[in-house]
Order: sequence, then structure tokens, then C-alpha cells
Amino acid sequence: MFFTTKILSLRRLTKFLFCTRSVPSFVLRVLLVFFVSSWCIFQESANASDLGPINVSGFMGLETRLFTDNPKHTGQETGANMSVIFNPEFRYRTADRAHQFSFIPFYRQDAQDSERSHFDVREAYWLWIGDEWEVLTGVNKVFWGVAESRHLVNIINQTDAVEDLDGEDYLGQPMVNIATQQNWGRIEAFILPGFRERTFPGTDGRFRGPVPVDTDNAQFESGADEKHVDLAARYSHYFGDWDVGLSYFYGTDREPVLTPNASAMRLIPTYNLINQVGVDIQYTNDAWLWKFEGIVREGQGETFGAAVGGLEYTFYQIFDSNGDVGVLAEYQYDNRDSDAPVIAQDKDIFAGVRWALNDIQDTSMLAGASVDTDTHEVFYNLEAQRRLGDNYEIELRARFFSGSDPGEDAFAFEKDDYIQLRLSRYF
Amino acid sequence: MKMIQFRTLLSSAVLLAAFIATPALAETPEEKGFAIAARSDRSDRGFVDSEVTSTMILRNSQGKESKRVLFQRILEVQDESVGDKGILVFQSPADVNGTALLSHAHILDPDDQWLYLPALKRVKRISSKNKSGPFVGSEFAFEDFTSQELNKYKYKYLREEVCLNAPSLTCDVLERYPQYEFSGYTKQIAWVDQKDFQSRKVEFYDRKDELLKTLTFEDYKHYDGKYWRAHTLKMVNHVTGKSTDFTFGAYKFGLGLGENDFVKGVLARVR
Repeated sequence: MFFTTKILSLRRLTKFLFCTRSVPSFVLRVLLVFFVSSWCIFQESANASDLGPINVSGFMGLETRLFTDNPKHTGQETGANMSVIFNPEFRYRTADRAHQFSFIPFYRQDAQDSERSHFDVREAYWLWIGDEWEVLTGVNKVFWGVAESRHLVNIINQTDAVEDLDGEDYLGQPMVNIATQQNWGRIEAFILPGFRERTFPGTDGRFRGPVPVDTDNAQFESGADEKHVDLAARYSHYFGDWDVGLSYFYGTDREPVLTPNASAMRLIPTYNLINQVGVDIQYTNDAWLWKFEGIVREGQGETFGAAVGGLEYTFYQIFDSNGDVGVLAEYQYDNRDSDAPVIAQDKDIFAGVRWALNDIQDTSMLAGASVDTDTHEVFYNLEAQRRLGDNYEIELRARFFSGSDPGEDAFAFEKDDYIQLRLSRYF
Repeated sequence: MKMIQFRTLLSSAVLLAAFIATPALAETPEEKGFAIAARSDRSDRGFVDSEVTSTMILRNSQGKESKRVLFQRILEVQDESVGDKGILVFQSPADVNGTALLSHAHILDPDDQWLYLPALKRVKRISSKNKSGPFVGSEFAFEDFTSQELNKYKYKYLREEVCLNAPSLTCDVLERYPQYEFSGYTKQIAWVDQKDFQSRKVEFYDRKDELLKTLTFEDYKHYDGKYWRAHTLKMVNHVTGKSTDFTFGAYKFGLGLGENDFVKGVLARVR
């Protein structure tokens, strides 16, 4: 409780400090808050063991993005942008481990895009663990799947699309999740009340088309609007070298169809009711990982199928060093029609290299490119990270778009090449 | 033709008889080595399950230190032809807090391993070919953790001598040769004491058969009057000058864990 009030007062403080938009003073304020609060929380986490069984961890991040080109669309931010991220994690469990509680609030303050500044509860749940059954009630994040370039079967959580282009940030989803582990596998059922709408960049933000998305006027196919209770189930297990997952989802799709409003000044997200079955398979042998994910979805235009599959091979201790180099290649296929939400990954090839130095600082990087086999657009991605000291991490991300022509999906992003640096303080 | 066949058969029978009779006549160094290793391994039989929190101090050649805190659970699998199951959860450094590794050990086949990445809450089956790579930047290789099953090695008895780091004890000295694929070692020399049958020291020889590392076991404690556990493991790399001290807190036994506590579904909630 003590920690919660601390965080709330921190939020109030940041709100107070970030009321201005002037960039230089914003930067100074951000730096001040980052280091002062980082020091405060460090002092507390150092004493965490004295304060009983509440486990406090998480991170604070200071992020800067540099866009290399002037914006394509009017109103978009230009040059360098700054953001701060607060992501504390509070956990408690009873001594017999039968009850676990988790609370993970998330807050980003972005200097330029007010849609990217947002608060979310990533986790807030109570988990009861019995002999054969587990019941989780509250807000949680669930990840399904095996592929690297597209997370196709993963559907429980809404994508927090303002966070990153990689689709690996998710909004917390309210749920009741009942699971049982048997010697023939794990079965889980999900009841999902409270739909989360996808986040989109605002008028000031990058990574949007010429017309921004109006997130305040979403439309729903279900008469119950966002109150429709979605249902999902999953079976997962392994058989020797094979890991297999089967999933089913019925409810409001996480991907909206975007249609212009009457004045054509805004795009209105429309969320359809869908049925989706998914399968994910990985075969692991020697240093090879073979991966496949496939879905069939009904409810957005004609029933369609999509798949992503590929391989990963790792050369361990390459050139007599401690480092490992992995090569990845995946093919993405999607045969949805024009009534379904537009996506970039319809007939794309992804290839990448992962390099882990296995040093004390856990230095690693991933470089990759996705090529659209129809339009020959290329999306380049570089991610690298390294621990600094014991508690800090520095992370670099660079993303470039090339080869797109007017009328193609990525054309809207053609001026959004950027380099991003994030310094995180873990505690 | 018949004659030749008969003679072949006869000589085979004689050879077979000689082979079967040998152990009774004299124990070979290989058999003695295996017997000592088996006695050591079996002295630990029946612990069923255990749980411990440990700290690794990684030290580079200039003496600069870095710390890792780990939580480990092990489920004993009685059948010697199958390996134990284990879960290992990182608590520090803070950026990897909650990262967990599940392993189902096999004897000569590769182990099954799953890695849990807390940022994405993703469970990933990983290749276990990486035997000789460094474990979290330490001087311990993956195989130093995961390959402690009796039948993962062949053995040869060398000699007996005073245990260097426990001078009140006498040690049997044996060589062991990894039988699983992709080991970074040609051989290891192990010192096992004759009183409690516990490992006191291991030397690791690299693929060029040169001395690479030395591991010493200290601070043995006896739990329930049955199971010995070393609480300080020190690994020194003679080539790089780096070292790792691995110290363990108090072990807990008899936790009532079962097979279902060592499946990928528990990785998200084990910390």
C-alpha cells in the first residue's frame, strides 16, 4: 500500500511537470524526474526484503526517437522526440503459494503525441492454484505462438500499437482464466469481459496514414458494443521434439477495419465479431527450430486463412568465441479480402540474424528485413541491447522503410525511418 | 565348412566365457571408476525434490564482480535411464528478473528445454545443443549444470590420495568422459571422498585436452541425516583468469512437487 501511494504521487508529479510542450524544458524535466524517481525507488527496493512479502520490481525508461526525414503528413512531429515510461511491478503470494497477486501499472508520457501518452493496467489479478486446477481472475497478458515475424495466433490481448511497430506490446485484458494441467497436456478456458480498443497514433504522431484514426468513435458489430463477452480456449503440450498448441476464439476481433467518416477527416475503427481457430507448432531438433502458425478466421468478409512459417538455426560459440549467431527465415501468407482489416504481412519474406555475445552484460542484437514479394517494399529492423552496470539497460532500435510506391501499404510510412535509444533503470 | 563353423562357435564361446568371468577375477579401472561414481550418485537417491536460492558472483581477470541470483527446483526421477527435471528462475540482475528455464534431462539424447521470457510472457522451446556455451556469462557451462547424470559419462579409476581441499579425507580420483554429444570437454578428473562419497573437486579438460577450469566443492552440509549438499562451488578458468563463485542458501526437501510442477505451463507463475 505504501508503494502504491508512492507511485500515485509520482504520477501526479509527472503530470504536473509535463504540462508544457516546449521540448528543451521538457527534456530537462524528464531527466530530473527520471533520475530522482529512479533513485527513490532504488532506495526502497534495496530495503524490499525488510518490508515483507510484497515483491517490487519493474523499470523506468527514458526514450528518444530521432526521425531522419521530415514528416509526410501535416501535423506530425519532426526531429527528435522524447518519452518516459514507468512500469513498476508488484507481486505478492501466500506462503503456501496457493494464492498469487500481481499489479503492473504502465504509464508513458510522450512529449509530442498525446495519443501515445497513455496509462494502462498491464496486470492486476488474483491467481488461485489448486492441485489440478488454476483460476486467474483480473487483468492479465497471455502470449501464444512460436513465430518471430508475425504473432498470428496470439489473440487474447489487444495490441498497444502506439508503443512499437513490432506488435509485441499489449494492453491488459480483463479475464477469468481457468486452466488444468494433465499428463496429456494443458487445457485453458478464457472468459473475456471488457473489450480493449486498439491504440493509434494521434494527429501529431508518426506511423499513420494521411487521415488519423478517431479512437473516440469506434463502431462495433456486436449489439453489446465493447461489452460483448469474448470466449477463448487453448490446448497446449509437447510430444518429444514437437510442441503443439490449438486455440479457438469467439468474440470481438482485436484488429479493426478502418473506414473514413462522413467528412473523410478521420478513420473510424470498426470491430467485427469473429470466430478464429489457430494452430502453432514447433519442431526442435539439433540446433534447428522449425516453426508454423496458422489461423482460419470467419467474420471479416470471406472466411480466410493466414499462416507464418519458417526456421531458426543457431551456430553456437561461433569462431571459438562465447557468442552465438542464429539465422532466421520466415514466410508470411494471408488471403484475406478487402472487407477485412488491411495488413502489411500478406506475402512477405522475413530474414534475420540474431547475435548473442553471452557476455556478463548480456549484449545481443537482431537485424532483419521483411520483403513484400508482390510490391518489393522492404522493411529493415535493427534491435540491440546491453546491460550497463547491474541495474541499467541501453537499447537501440532502428527501422527503415524503402521501395514503396504510391498506393502501397507502407507508402504512408515512407518518411517514418527512425532511430530510437532507450535507457531503462530496472529495480 | 561345418568344421570351420564349429571352431568359430567354440572360440566365440571361449571368448564370451572369459569376458563374463573377468569381473570376478579383477575389477578393471573402468569398472572401479563407474562403481565409485555410481556409489556417489546413489548416495543421493531418494531426495525426491528440492528447492534452493543461490547467488553467483562472476569475477573477471581484473577482479570486477557481477552478481546473479537464482531460484532452483529439482524433481528427482528415480529411473537412471531418464534424467531429473529442473526449473531455474532468475531473480537478479533486475532486467532478467522472472526469466525461467525448464529442463527435462535425458541421458544421451539432448535434453528438452523451455525458456520463459517475462517481458512478452512467452514460452520458447530452445535447442539444447548449446552444451559448452557459458551459462549467463559465468565460467559454468550449460553442461556443468545439466549433465550430472551417472550415465552421461564413462569412467576410469586413477588412484587414491588426500582430498586437497578437505585434508582429513581420502579421495578416489577418477577420469570421466562425456558420452553425450557436443560436450566442450574431452575429459574431467573428479575427486570423490571415500567417507561421504561426495565430489570435492573436478578438473575440466578442453577439446585440445588441456586443463581449462577447476571446480571445487566446499561447505558441505548434511540434510535429514541423508543428503549432502555443497554450499560453495568455485569455478576458476585457468585460460582467461576469470572465476565464478556459486553459493547456495539452505535447501528445502520434501516439498511434495510432482511432474505437473515441471511443465512449461508453470513457468509464468513459478517466481
